[in-house]
Amino acid sequence: MGVGIEVTNLNAWYGTNHTLQDIQLHIPANHATALIGPSGCGKSTFVRCLNRMHETNPIARVTGSVRIGDIDIYQDASPVEIRRRVGMVFQRPNPFPTMSIYDNVASGLKLNGYSNKKHLDEIVERSLRNSALWDEVKDDLKKKSGASLSGGQQQRMCIARALAVDPEVLLMDEPASALDPVSTSKIEDLIFELKSQYTIVIVTHNMQQAARVAEKTGFFLNGRMVEFDSTHKIFTNPSDKRTEDYITGRFG
Amino acid sequence: MKMATKPNLHSKYRSAVDQLATGLAVAATLLVVAPLVAIFVYLIFKGASSLNLAFFTHVPKPVGETGGGMANAIVGSAVLLGVASVLGIPIGIGGGIYLAEYGRGTKFANAVRFTADVLNGVPSIVMGIAVYSLIVIPQHHFSAFSGGVALGIMMIPTVTRTTEEMLLMVPNSVREAALGLGVPNWRSVLSITLKTASPGVITGCMLAFARVAGETAPLIFTAFGNQFWSASLNEPIAALPLQIYVYAISPYDEWHRLAWGGALVLIILIVLAVSLVRYVTSRGILKGAS
Amino acid sequence: MPGSLKKVIVPLSETNIPRPDVSIEMRTMEVALPEETTTSPEQTRPVEASVVRKYLLSRGNSAIADKSFKALMAICAASIFGIVVLIASELVISSQLSWHKFGLEFFYKLNVDPDTHLPTFWDPVAGTFYALPFLYGTLVSSLVALVIAVPLAVGSAIFLTEMCPKLLRGPLAFVTELLAAIPSVVYGLWAVFVLVPLLREHINPVLMSIFNSEIAVKTLGWTGLVGETGLFGGVNYGLGMLAAGVILAVMILPIISSLTREVMSAVPHSQREAALALGATRWEMIRMGVLRNARIGIVGSIILGLGRALGETMAVAMVIGNRPEISKSLLSLGHSMSAVIANEFSEASDNLYLSALIEIGLALFVVTIIVNALARFLVWMVTRGVPARVN
Repeated sequence: MGVGIEVTNLNAWYGTNHTLQDIQLHIPANHATALIGPSGCGKSTFVRCLNRMHETNPIARVTGSVRIGDIDIYQDASPVEIRRRVGMVFQRPNPFPTMSIYDNVASGLKLNGYSNKKHLDEIVERSLRNSALWDEVKDDLKKKSGASLSGGQQQRMCIARALAVDPEVLLMDEPASALDPVSTSKIEDLIFELKSQYTIVIVTHNMQQAARVAEKTGFFLNGRMVEFDSTHKIFTNPSDKRTEDYITGRFG
Repeated sequence: MKMATKPNLHSKYRSAVDQLATGLAVAATLLVVAPLVAIFVYLIFKGASSLNLAFFTHVPKPVGETGGGMANAIVGSAVLLGVASVLGIPIGIGGGIYLAEYGRGTKFANAVRFTADVLNGVPSIVMGIAVYSLIVIPQHHFSAFSGGVALGIMMIPTVTRTTEEMLLMVPNSVREAALGLGVPNWRSVLSITLKTASPGVITGCMLAFARVAGETAPLIFTAFGNQFWSASLNEPIAALPLQIYVYAISPYDEWHRLAWGGALVLIILIVLAVSLVRYVTSRGILKGAS
Repeated sequence: MPGSLKKVIVPLSETNIPRPDVSIEMRTMEVALPEETTTSPEQTRPVEASVVRKYLLSRGNSAIADKSFKALMAICAASIFGIVVLIASELVISSQLSWHKFGLEFFYKLNVDPDTHLPTFWDPVAGTFYALPFLYGTLVSSLVALVIAVPLAVGSAIFLTEMCPKLLRGPLAFVTELLAAIPSVVYGLWAVFVLVPLLREHINPVLMSIFNSEIAVKTLGWTGLVGETGLFGGVNYGLGMLAAGVILAVMILPIISSLTREVMSAVPHSQREAALALGATRWEMIRMGVLRNARIGIVGSIILGLGRALGETMAVAMVIGNRPEISKSLLSLGHSMSAVIANEFSEASDNLYLSALIEIGLALFVVTIIVNALARFLVWMVTRGVPARVN
């Protein structure tokens, strides 16, 4: 089951650019939480701070604390351990181009040294079923390269890959922004299915998407979190003027 | 607005200069291509006639006898290149990994890159002397091992630089995908980034391989050459380019014939490697990943 | 997604997304009642999931493995420095004997035999080792190569980057790459059997008749470059400095050409457009927009070609004639630094002889390092702003 996330006084920098300022936030377990805001507002940086991907950039810096479940990810564990608990789906589908569909999905386990073949088969099937891709690919799992799938299928395969390591939290950084409407709708259905089992944080540029899939929504602007509330409240009766301007389209 | 109806003398002059320059550039290009055509025509013309089964299966016959082949030189080159690859390819790939995955933008990496490029321009004969005083003098005899080491050292800078270039072509999104799964960094570099770039890295290694396959100068006083069969690392060994050199400057027609045959074999190997490299790099090393 | 900002409150049915059963209102209602979401049996969270979780948690953070891997890779990278240090130290140590005996004079002394009053630079039997004729031969053959190669290489680079139809560009670039990959010894073989006879039978006689003609001697005799004692005087062997220079030119052509192409392609397109907008012809555009901006890099590529010519061994050793003498004539036999090492190293009988040859090697090493470093620096000055082929 998923776990909640407690963010306290989170600040992040790229070089001298202060991209996140004093973020305070509680993300509930086993729900979908959407983060919206204009481009460059810091929402992507924020999710990347939740699995310490932010620090893969050598000029990046973070202060503050993030508790996922019972551990402080910046104090109690290494990035590698955190990322095994916190899965991530990226903006553009990023399959491993040299691997088959099967190997792509199993990669998180295989590359960490897990080799129980029978169990891997089960996990791959279950992950692909969970990501609603199984029926489309079950016949050529090991024959087809992951990169030969369509964009939408690739993204669902990437979700399956993230699910295969059985994460507690699933971060999605604009997972549908590079996809066509049909694929987008499939991904959204999927998020809807998955959120009962995982804590999902989804960054989106698309407010309808936030409204459709998330129970909670946070609005980011210029590196600060302006408002965080239930999705219904954010979209019908926001308490901050800037949020209202943004969701009604009266914005830059 | 009929300014251009009467071209004046100056604009005529300008367009004449333009045409002259174009003509000269075309002529220069033809003159660059001409030697290659000439060399290939001669190689095929002279070399093909001396390539037969004996060339690949027999050792050289003594002066005065016809027939014989370069089998020992072909095997010798294979042994030397084997030693060179074992030394040069892993170290070169390791250096390339460091430059592309860890050292981006650091002073150390820039210095390594620069030094590798400069080292590429150091004459191969200098490598030969260095290995001679490093290995041959203490051992008191020439050996296949020392020749392989000299060639291997020469492979390192080339392999380092091509590996780096190929790794840089792997999109960052692929690295992030691996890191996002909690895969340890070393594992992600080897099993994901390097594997994704492997067609490019392999062809880069082949290019370095082809380059040293034709090297003669560093072998003269390391591998030394050998008229007989030898595959021992501890003894002097024959090598194709070395044999071509010895035969080319000899006064015997029969040996000249063998030299042309050897040169053709060498060139075919190299053309194959270069074509493969060009094919792989022009096609892009990654299918499907953007 | 684009344009979605303005449509946010619009019901889904208007966005052309084929999801007839879903609207914002429906979904938000479900939010209030999450237990309504049903999951099919195979999508339930697996019982044995904890096995995976436990396994992954049992894996360490691999910090040690990561650190050692990085260190290993750094050692591989640092081995490049190691090689340079190794070569330098081996050469310095092994050339001590010659250095102590001859000092710096080794490189410049015009040694004359006290008895015969003839210049003797290199006499292994007498133990006389002065390297001047090798330095001279290396320098002259390389300069001849540059004089021939530079105009051709730059011309072909201009053609390939600025004039060539796209269809031809690939094959022609490929051909120049192939030229660069042909081994030195094959060039040498070709030079011995094709180039040298060609020079001896056809080209040298023409050059000699031009340079040694009476008109030339009368008008240009004062330069010292014509006539029997000029550039093309003496015996026509076919072998010699000119043959070495020509084969070197062929060998460095592809290096200069491909680097010049690289540098010229690095000139931003705006420079070309600016020149064309002023009504320049194509050649004027190339001259003002391209060559002017790329000139430092072109000089760099020429110097790089020079570096290659200075160190080239086998082809030169096969055609230069191998005679340690200094002569003004390009037709005379000469010797070069690399060629003397290749020819005499394995038969060097005593330690002084060997040490003298190694000192020549050391000089070659130092000179090529300097020349290459300078060239790389100049090329880098032009291309640094251009991103490498990185996605």
